[in-house]
Amino acid sequence: MQWQFWIVQTLNSVSFGGLLFLLSSGFSLAFGLMRIPNLAHGAFFMLGAYFGATVVYFGGDFWLAALAAGVGVGIVGIALERFILRPLAGNVQGQVLVTLGISFIIADVCLLVWTGDPWTVPAPPAMRRPLLVAGFAFPTYRLVVVVIALVAAVALYFLMERTRLGAMIRAGVDDMEMARGVGIPVSLLFTVVFLLGAVLAGAAGAFGGPILNAYPGLDADMLPLALIVVILGGAGSLLGAFVGSFIVGFLYNFGIALFPDLAYFILFLPMLLVLVFMPQGLFGRAAP
Amino acid sequence: MAMHRRKVLKGIAASGASLAVLKAPYVQAQAAPMRVGFLTVKTGPLASGGLQMEQGLLTYLKDRNNMLGGRTVELTTADTTGNPAVCRTKMQELVERFNVSCVLGPLAAFEALAIDDYIRSSRTPTLAVAGAEDLTQRKPNAWFTRPGATSAQPSHAVADFAAKDLKLKRVATIADDFAFGHENVAGFQRTFEDAGGKVIQKLWTPLNAPDYGTYISQLKPDLDGIYTGHAGSNGLKIMRQLSEYGLKGKLKVVGGFTPIDESLLQQIGDDGLGAHTGNWYSAELDFPENKKFVELMRRDYKVDPGVYAASTYLFGEVLDAAVKAVGGKVEDKEAFQKAIRAVKLQNSVRGPMHFDEFGNVVGNIYIRRVDKVGTKYVNAVVKTYPNVSQFWTYNKDEFLKNPVYSRDNPPARYLER
Repeated sequence: MQWQFWIVQTLNSVSFGGLLFLLSSGFSLAFGLMRIPNLAHGAFFMLGAYFGATVVYFGGDFWLAALAAGVGVGIVGIALERFILRPLAGNVQGQVLVTLGISFIIADVCLLVWTGDPWTVPAPPAMRRPLLVAGFAFPTYRLVVVVIALVAAVALYFLMERTRLGAMIRAGVDDMEMARGVGIPVSLLFTVVFLLGAVLAGAAGAFGGPILNAYPGLDADMLPLALIVVILGGAGSLLGAFVGSFIVGFLYNFGIALFPDLAYFILFLPMLLVLVFMPQGLFGRAAP
Repeated sequence: MAMHRRKVLKGIAASGASLAVLKAPYVQAQAAPMRVGFLTVKTGPLASGGLQMEQGLLTYLKDRNNMLGGRTVELTTADTTGNPAVCRTKMQELVERFNVSCVLGPLAAFEALAIDDYIRSSRTPTLAVAGAEDLTQRKPNAWFTRPGATSAQPSHAVADFAAKDLKLKRVATIADDFAFGHENVAGFQRTFEDAGGKVIQKLWTPLNAPDYGTYISQLKPDLDGIYTGHAGSNGLKIMRQLSEYGLKGKLKVVGGFTPIDESLLQQIGDDGLGAHTGNWYSAELDFPENKKFVELMRRDYKVDPGVYAASTYLFGEVLDAAVKAVGGKVEDKEAFQKAIRAVKLQNSVRGPMHFDEFGNVVGNIYIRRVDKVGTKYVNAVVKTYPNVSQFWTYNKDEFLKNPVYSRDNPPARYLER
């Protein structure tokens, strides 16, 4: 293997990890707080990709597309939380199944609206040419995704660690009963965190568009990756989502490149080990 | 919702009065619509090709007043969802419940393999898009006819072109990791190496891999070119990512008949410029039949027809000739099937074509180059290989003695670690 291979693969892994962080950070927070995995999260991502693609298709700016995707999917997320999950409060099994059902509905609606043809999202014109350093090329846009993910990570860190809202979310993740006891409006937090997750997933979908395209089945391709990230990192932990995303990014890229026949084995093996030996995940704090 | 009947009885309504007056039993029998079953894919990842198949067929029927060889057509469309098991159920439903005289489709090789037995036992004349090599080679099915191409039929020609005209020496191949991709690449490799080239690297991407970055970064730095056998939307993905990784212009891109389809060409755009693909069709073909077809597709669907739409339009042309040959008596399956196999068209949408003894087409293969004409991208025809059979220039018997094309067959002799 040449040295270019290792460099390009590393950059690929980092950029895919960045995308995964955007996808899974909100997923992880909602999982930690509400104790249920939102199985419609992959569908949120796909919906965001389609929203973004549509805005770009009608001549919109790429950043506007990401914003629209975030807002649009956020609205869907709020509606889902308020009108469907809320009435099922306390019924964990029912909530999980309903999110799965919603993901199928979203997938079918997407097929109806955007047809079976894939929608491609061109990267912003300035980022379409590869970046050439010392004679080797790397797609500029992928580096931009890394920067976006880092900015989002820093912003989320400040939100969680330095604001009252973040403190309340952490309290809710750590011990919901106690949080309720000291007067934290936990049910409002549910809505806020669910909204945050939906907005991030929607924007991630739009940012993922130029790399992955928007196509039927994108939801099912992304959801397992988000699940692995959260199980590795620990539900409700921002740091866990961050580290988990890059671990999965590396495992995914190098697994495919070096051991193509074992790619999924390599991806899921660490998840299995973590589940067996550290069921809380690497950085998880949530009490069972 | 799954079965959707589409009856266009305009033809009958128009001629109904005179027929009612005649009251001759023979004429009445003839006036009953001919039932045609259509297996396509309307949902799932293969839906884009399935949609084009439907558009192509409807375009043909609409243009001919819903008639084939003088008989009105009653078309029953079934959605296989690109799933072999569903395809099998739908096929059975078409034959047993809807009593169809012939079936058009299915799209994918694994679907065709799933209904192979049933086609034989039900003795249903079937015109298929699916490329699965062995259905017209080592395990021929007497009721199965393929007017388009086997998986590798165009690959042979493009390999010859890549070695002799483009003078490529060292090439990597990349394709979807399923039967069609394996067969498609194997044909390229064989002819390319027989013509003096070397396939030094073979990469396989899972059908639903979200991103090809990982594969592209594995490409050796000292290649002359890359051959892609990707199908459907994956063709778009590979072309764009090759360009994003700065390989456009550095590597000559050649491909089989699926990666740069007209239905996706405008989206591929600049990323495809200069790429050569081998196909039995191009929307740019200069035949009057094709010009008309392209015009109708543009009018009704605002797209250029790609290979899937052209397939079913061609089915219409073949059936039309076969129905005429049997005087409309398509209910006699033996005779009808024989007539289908005997069809020989000088002026089809793809040019001259006929079938070999296995029911596979012999026809032109065109080498197309992506050009920009005004603001539009087209697959300009740069070379024509006339009357190409599924066996290329190889001796048929020797060809059939080798195992069927697959992931590792023929073995790659020049792979570099």
